[in-house]
Amino acid sequence: MPLHSVPEARSETPALPAELERPQLLELYRFLRLTRTLEERLVALYRQSKVIGGLFRSLGQEGESVAAAYALERGRHRDILSPLIRNLGAMLVMGAKPIEILRQYMAKAEGPTHGRELNVHFNDLDKGYLGQISHLGDMVPVMAGITLSFKMRGEPRVGLVYVGDGATSTGTFHEGLNFAAVQRCPLVVIGEYNHWAYTTPPEKQYAVKDLAEKAKGYGVHAVTVDGNDVLAVYAATKHAVERARRGKGVHFIEVKTYRRKGHAEHDDQSYQPKDEIERWAQQNDPVDRFVKQLLDNTWAEAAELADIDRAVKDEVDQATDACVNDPLPLPETALPGVYVQPAAAERLWFRGL
Amino acid sequence: MAEVTFLEALRQGLWEEMERDDRVFMLGEDIGAYGGAFKVTDGFQKQFGEARVIDTPISEAAIVGAAAGAAHMGLRPVAEMQFIDFISCAYDMLTNYVATARYRAGLATPIVVRGPCGGYVRGGPFHSQNPEAAFFHTPGLKIVYPATARDAKGLIKASIRDEDPVIYLEHKWLYRRIKETLPEGEEILTPIGAARLAREGTDLSIITYGATVWKALEAAEQLGKEDGLSVEILDLRTLLPLDDAAIMTTVKKTNKVLIVHEDTRTGGVAGEIAARINEQAFEWLDGPIARVTAHDVPLPYASTLEDFVLPQTDDIVKAARWLAKY
Repeated sequence: MPLHSVPEARSETPALPAELERPQLLELYRFLRLTRTLEERLVALYRQSKVIGGLFRSLGQEGESVAAAYALERGRHRDILSPLIRNLGAMLVMGAKPIEILRQYMAKAEGPTHGRELNVHFNDLDKGYLGQISHLGDMVPVMAGITLSFKMRGEPRVGLVYVGDGATSTGTFHEGLNFAAVQRCPLVVIGEYNHWAYTTPPEKQYAVKDLAEKAKGYGVHAVTVDGNDVLAVYAATKHAVERARRGKGVHFIEVKTYRRKGHAEHDDQSYQPKDEIERWAQQNDPVDRFVKQLLDNTWAEAAELADIDRAVKDEVDQATDACVNDPLPLPETALPGVYVQPAAAERLWFRGL
Repeated sequence: MAEVTFLEALRQGLWEEMERDDRVFMLGEDIGAYGGAFKVTDGFQKQFGEARVIDTPISEAAIVGAAAGAAHMGLRPVAEMQFIDFISCAYDMLTNYVATARYRAGLATPIVVRGPCGGYVRGGPFHSQNPEAAFFHTPGLKIVYPATARDAKGLIKASIRDEDPVIYLEHKWLYRRIKETLPEGEEILTPIGAARLAREGTDLSIITYGATVWKALEAAEQLGKEDGLSVEILDLRTLLPLDDAAIMTTVKKTNKVLIVHEDTRTGGVAGEIAARINEQAFEWLDGPIARVTAHDVPLPYASTLEDFVLPQTDDIVKAARWLAKY
């Protein structure tokens, strides 16, 4: 089976994108490493039954998650991003803390949703990220509305939303993309072509070759990039974000990548050809490729990267130690907060017997 | 003082909120230049501009989703469903995304989704629906359903000001049929969650909402004249949350309850009301809780068929007589 999403001729090492300085390259590397290390820690906690629900890995997709988010303006009242379950790296870039991710996965009372939601389904609009729901495609209309509000208020802000290749089959994706295109919302859509929608391969999901073709059908500026090339994804997203910020409307960036783990940690990947996974791991790992670029171009020293690795491991260790034994939420905390008024749902009569 | 229709009262409420709060905006199909299929928003775009009165593609899920996103950012969107029958296209967005947002994520989503509902107008299966039961089961949503011009105005204003998502159902049979004199220069706000005693009585209570409030009132007049029955009518006005206190008060007063709604029977709101009366006022009942509803079929077009399927004044009269004799 050909690796049809890998560019036939790998481009020469790209010139350093103009806006990036050496510290930023190292920061990009730190986010890549943090994503991978944190997920490895989550796997360990999952095997100890401390992560009580599903665990979703982004192994092989960290590059596009981190790089796309890195192209946004971060901070209060700046850009807003809506990630998917495989965009842990994007959330870390926007300012989510490892301890928040750990608490959320372990359903801790002090977690960002206090045990109400799973995995990376949480938000902090001040930091600039809005949690997804499980109904794929739904965040496209919601982000259309968020970016519509930017436009209505004349704010120079941009929204970015990820959709998986499978989600481009949903009605809400199409409705949302069209709505945003018509309204010329400052929205960047990252289409993650990762080859597997749970167990379904691309040829059973759509009849186009590139997801970008779908976006073009709505009059949206669309490009396809090598999703495992960190700098290429960064450059494409930066370009799209700047155009969107200047009022040029919706932009779609298809990132070709590969999901190297199952849909979730329970999934044995029986449907994925083993040699296919192996080839992507050996030849096209986004972190390996970025490290090679950093070293080959002498943008970083190996020792610096090793220092980052150690610091990241310490950070994840400390975050884990700080919350692993925290309590789960008290049962009664399930009742408040459905509405402002009434403030809490009724505790049912049989619980008083 | 000026006499206004239900539709004009609704327009006034929308207009006043658009004037009062520049965070309020509208989006929907054909609502701008054309003013909406029923002209509810006629003149709004001219007054408030295209940015605040937005004509959208035919995309109910996107309309509601975009409204939710804008609401997260502090705006107050009012989304129109051209006919409320099409709200089902946004069912996922409303029940999964919007309704859960505050609980799961602490996200404020103060949106109003409004549109013309209801039958008795020969609209057929897809222009006559009453969708309340489909949303009644969803924690996180509110559902209001005014029957009077005053409440049409008071509830739209309260819905726009509410901090949580509200589905506002406006019965198209009432749009130009109901007229009421409303005070000018006085703000009308109808609290969400409070029922209204539409008629006082002592022998039997009819609990209802929407267009069937008016059919119940007709029936009550007839029952008074022909049978000497004193019928009390409770207009719920808000379905979610239900006003349990008002329901139990009327049950305890008359001890006999007829629940009337235009929606179909199975899984309808009447069943929930009956269950609550059973739980909270069982000892006060002097008869079974009776229901008058639509038959369990899609709503047909022909006048003979529609009139048969939907509850009519005469049905209410007969059911009330049956219950009174029990």
